[in-house]
Amino acid sequence: MLEVTTDWYLTLAAILFSIGFLGMMIRKNALIMFMCIELMLNAVNLTFISASKHFGQIHGQVFVFFVLVVAAAEVVVGLAIIVSIFRKQSSASVDVLNVSRG
Amino acid sequence: MVEALLFFAPASLIIIGALIVIFAKNPVHNAMGLVMTLVSLAIIYITLNATFVAMVQMLVYAGAVMTLFLFVIMMIGVDKKEQTTDSLKGQTFLVSGVFLILISLLAYVAISSDFKWDLWFPPVEFDAEGTPQLIAGTLFTEWIFPFEIISLLLIVATAAAIALAYDTKKRNNNA
Repeated sequence: MLEVTTDWYLTLAAILFSIGFLGMMIRKNALIMFMCIELMLNAVNLTFISASKHFGQIHGQVFVFFVLVVAAAEVVVGLAIIVSIFRKQSSASVDVLNVSRG
Repeated sequence: MVEALLFFAPASLIIIGALIVIFAKNPVHNAMGLVMTLVSLAIIYITLNATFVAMVQMLVYAGAVMTLFLFVIMMIGVDKKEQTTDSLKGQTFLVSGVFLILISLLAYVAISSDFKWDLWFPPVEFDAEGTPQLIAGTLFTEWIFPFEIISLLLIVATAAAIALAYDTKKRNNNA
């Protein structure tokens, strides 16, 4: 029976990252693009944790917490920006955003 | 056998959820696909001995972050038709090409090449579970400086969100 090695986890993380990248590029809705960023960040977390298991060190798991906090902060600020853009433009599409002036 | 099942069942759920995130039309469906991905990832973390990270993943991602997403979807509405034409010509086509190249390279490396992670870097026997004690012991000693920096980042993010959500015009009109 096949054994699940670290390669499998890394492959899964790479697939997840590629899917997030694809979504980031083909979608126009800012909200969906944020979800794709979350997918990519989670792929990186999976890489950290599988490496932590592989090398027998706890540091990978500690670093996942930092990634988590940065992701949470990014979501908070990003969603606030989306909401304030929506108030002004009544659309969440990134194609209508052609000025950076408020 | 059980080990393989515990990997492949969450792994397929993760990929299905990720595909729902990028292809579903209704933003609520996208959010639910993301929840599916995050919960399945938590299961994978448990199989990798990272129990505390799995718990935090459930609480922070599947709980707090997704609630925030759903609140924003509720505020900006789901009935908006997303514009599907490319503003850059052939963007979707080109990006899909890049994606296919990435995936096929990955398949080549994973299946047919000689590169095997386990051979290059022999795995260490690691049975220690990622309990709160073990993680806190490292986090509050070796990683204390990054920890302080990250707490500063959280405060800045909170202040920024409040500043962005504060509608100055409306406030001045009411006063």
